Amino acid sequence: MNKSVYASPDHVSETKRHILTVLVDNEPGVLARVIGMFSGRGYNIDSLNVAEVSNDENISRITIVTHGTSEVVSQIEKQLLRIVPVHSVTNLDQEGSSVEAEVALVYIYISDTNKKKVYQLCDLYRARKIENENNTTIFEIAGASERVNRFIKEINEITKIEIVRSGPVAISSIQKNEEE
Amino acid sequence: MNNEITGAEIVLKSLAEQGVEVVFGYPGGAVLPIYDTLFKQNSIKHVLVRQEGGAIHAAEGYARSTGKTGVVLVTSGPGATNVVTGLTDAMMDSVPIVCITGQVPQHLIGSDAFQECDTTGITRPCTKHNYLVKDVNKLSSVFHEAFTIAQNGRPGPVLIDIPKDVQFASGTYEEKNKIIIPSHRLFEPSPDFEKNKIDEAVELISKAKKPIFYIGGGCINSGPKASKLVREFIDMVGSPVTMTLMGLGVVGSSDKNSLGMLGMHGMYEANMAMHECDVMINIGARFDDRVTGRLDAFSPNSKKIHIDIDESNINKTINVDVPIIGDVKAVVEKMITVWKDKKYKIDSESLTLWWDKINKWKEIDCLNYNNEGKQIKPQYAVQRLYELTKNTKTFVTTEVGQHQMWAAQFYKFEEPNRWLTSGGLGTMGYGFPAAIGAQVGHPDALVVDIAGDASILMNIQEMSTAVQYRLPVKIFILNNEYMGMVRQWQELLHGGRYSESYTDSLPDFVKLAESYKAVGLRAKTTDELDNVITQMIETNDTVIADIWVTKEENCFPMIQSGSAHNEMMLSKDQKQDKKSAEKGKILV
Repeated sequence: MNKSVYASPDHVSETKRHILTVLVDNEPGVLARVIGMFSGRGYNIDSLNVAEVSNDENISRITIVTHGTSEVVSQIEKQLLRIVPVHSVTNLDQEGSSVEAEVALVYIYISDTNKKKVYQLCDLYRARKIENENNTTIFEIAGASERVNRFIKEINEITKIEIVRSGPVAISSIQKNEEE
Repeated sequence: MNNEITGAEIVLKSLAEQGVEVVFGYPGGAVLPIYDTLFKQNSIKHVLVRQEGGAIHAAEGYARSTGKTGVVLVTSGPGATNVVTGLTDAMMDSVPIVCITGQVPQHLIGSDAFQECDTTGITRPCTKHNYLVKDVNKLSSVFHEAFTIAQNGRPGPVLIDIPKDVQFASGTYEEKNKIIIPSHRLFEPSPDFEKNKIDEAVELISKAKKPIFYIGGGCINSGPKASKLVREFIDMVGSPVTMTLMGLGVVGSSDKNSLGMLGMHGMYEANMAMHECDVMINIGARFDDRVTGRLDAFSPNSKKIHIDIDESNINKTINVDVPIIGDVKAVVEKMITVWKDKKYKIDSESLTLWWDKINKWKEIDCLNYNNEGKQIKPQYAVQRLYELTKNTKTFVTTEVGQHQMWAAQFYKFEEPNRWLTSGGLGTMGYGFPAAIGAQVGHPDALVVDIAGDASILMNIQEMSTAVQYRLPVKIFILNNEYMGMVRQWQELLHGGRYSESYTDSLPDFVKLAESYKAVGLRAKTTDELDNVITQMIETNDTVIADIWVTKEENCFPMIQSGSAHNEMMLSKDQKQDKKSAEKGKILV
């Protein structure tokens, strides 16, 4: 906690994880503007995901997982809205209800002794083996970050692994009317 | 197609359609096509500066004194990097600027070509928005959008980077009114914004016993009408008002309600009133750390109303009770209507008590200084400058440091847009080029740069510009041979160890002026001062007036960093308690 005498004296709420979803014009430099704002103002990015979501209108959706007090996160939202190509910023934790998922690819070092255990665990987590030309054991697991965390922890207790994760993407699950 | 023109021609045509009259710039390899087109036309004037940093401050001075957008034209690489300070300055102080930079041709981008730099990368955090234009057919729409973004909402700098091949390429020009800018790219507060909040705010003001208006630069950016409305509303309420460094002039200094500037070197009565008020009405200010001092002791017992066009300023450092997002002019106009409709009136008895209290604070006479002896006190120099120029249409710019604070304290501003100073960024070297810009915008007005001996040297090369364009800018140097504010902090916080704050080998400013074929004047004692000022005003040339002032004068009153509004230092003898001084030392 910043204890400078300029620090905010008011009651500071607890630090929490927040998922922000940001719709932006897909133009050069837009991602740099967004992440530059985070580093320039000293905010955190836990994970970041960006992809175009509408071909005809050139719009991308950026999903950012950050952590901070609600005051800090509200300041992040307002600073994001100042960026010219940003359409909207939604804090999914304040929207009420949302679903999130991420994908991990796991390269598993396999041997005759651990093979059975590995396959059992992958089965349990419904991790899918991805076929590849070298026939190495690469599994794909998708779902909530918690579940991916647990899978990685357990498999790592059995053998050595290498992982890559997409970071979560999330969407609000609140009922929307089609006319809107 | 027949109606195709070159990219460089599109640039000039866009500027002309945007009503641009003057461009401040410096040529170079990557902008030669634009300079060639500039040569062939007569509608837009170009002011050649002597370093690109001067161009952007001149554009800022032009913009802030005229209310128009300042335009800068510089080359790639070093041309672009030299404007970074000015862009940041304009960003902090919300000045509308469009800056055009040349870029190496597209096929060389990324090859570390001569005078190549990642201009949009470097300037991304210090502009409202920036562009690298790769398609000549998009050039005109980019220009029209850039001007709109620079002026819209909270104004700021916008940069357009144009590769040289795009300047040569042929394309079509699209007129301003053919361009549709999607609404999310602009800030447009809805016309009937926050109606309830306005009602709530006005009611809160009507019930105040100890109100104070806290006015910032946003009122000036909202246009002259905004200042008029703010004055009108404050008059109706009968409340005291204090202004930030950026807000000076919104309410006239001689106005009966004005308590002058607040903050670190603000008036005792203004800071005390902020500390003790029960309702604070912040219009277009942003609770800057120079204003608030220690946050946990900032105006502890007040309800706070905050009117700002930029939502990110709300609850950024100070939590407020009634936030209103919108343009000052529109919001205050509505507040006046509500006040009149509801026939509100503040309880006159408590208001009288409040003013009595304030008048007691005024009796402290916080700007009092010892004016004995023949040596010129810097405060006295500014006072005399004010007295001798107050009946002339005068624009005052400053550099940054002690002289800037003395100018803010002792020069009395009666109107908005007459006071141009670098507030947020605190850029030494701002004042002289800004004065050049202001003089270009107001050829017949008196423009004075109140400067320090250290600051003026940061952009002294612009003497050549001022003389070339016969701009009768007056540089009024309060010469104490020190970086005065650095020296003051070293005296108060670092045991008087004046590390590197004394400027040895200063130039002879009179001879310096003469070497540029300008006029140099000097005052060494109080009896020479008035004469020098009068001569300076009457000379129709660029003038440097070198005013020798007492060397170790401190700027008071002062709230030391980390202290609260009610812990002001009025003089050197009044020591701050050790503990908070230690805490304050780590702050800027």
